[in-house]
Amino acid sequence: MIALSDFLILGALLFSLSIAGIFINRKNIIILLMCIELMLLAVNLNFIAFSHYSSDISGQIFVFFILTVAAAEAAIGLAILVVLFRNKHTINVADLDQLKG
Amino acid sequence: MEQMMFYCFAAILLFSATMVITVRNPVRAALFLILAFFTSAAIWLMLEAEFLALTLVLVYVGAVMVLFLFVVMMLDIDLSPLQEGFTQYLTLGIIVATLITIEMVAVLGAANFGLDVVPIPSAHPDGYSNTKEIGLLLYSVYVYPFELASVILTVAIIAAITLTLRPKKSKFQDVSQQVKVRKEDRLRIVKMAVVKPEEEES
Repeated sequence: MIALSDFLILGALLFSLSIAGIFINRKNIIILLMCIELMLLAVNLNFIAFSHYSSDISGQIFVFFILTVAAAEAAIGLAILVVLFRNKHTINVADLDQLKG
Repeated sequence: MEQMMFYCFAAILLFSATMVITVRNPVRAALFLILAFFTSAAIWLMLEAEFLALTLVLVYVGAVMVLFLFVVMMLDIDLSPLQEGFTQYLTLGIIVATLITIEMVAVLGAANFGLDVVPIPSAHPDGYSNTKEIGLLLYSVYVYPFELASVILTVAIIAAITLTLRPKKSKFQDVSQQVKVRKEDRLRIVKMAVVKPEEEES
């Protein structure tokens, strides 16, 4: 039988893979957005695993809202990306320094 | 059997996640991300979250990833400067990811969340519907957050459209210009000799 810890460790592995992805793809905004989606997926996996093993369906409701917010975030992020590319003709993070932060 | 399936899905999921972060072409990364979403939908099915697994396939694979692919293919990106620093930060990324994995496995391992600590839940009775349970909870206890989610989606639609709309090319009426106009700007009186039109054959 599959224990709860197996699912949690799978989620942890997925999460750290996406953190490594943010480190090594730090120039490409599209891959960064994809890594954020992977992180949300790992978190959702944890929520659903806990919901299943504690027989409480509220965890799945939470995943439902996370999916909603993640879809909105992806839509707005990609829209910002399109505007950025239209104005600057690049999506390189190193070139986006107008704010001089 | 169930365990075999779980490890198979987990291996595919981790493989596709690795490909997403290492592959050079963003289109391939998006396609591997679709594979990752699909595999995790299968894992969610194993956890008896049928509604959310189908929602993941519909919303993510059907909508969000199509949007990603659309944007990736629409933008003509020069990939070569985006790859620099790949090997430079590879070691740092691997070190941080390994540390996070070790820490989380130490906490989430079999000692704290194993089968003897968290047993397998009892099977659901016949006629149990995951979708019905979620619906009952969503429309009673969580109805207020549900409405807020719809507001968030509306804001997202408006924001995305407003950001990508090009205002100069769209047709709109400038009311002040319309009010300011004089008769002399628009109307021209032409004086010309009266010519009797020819009779037309009908």
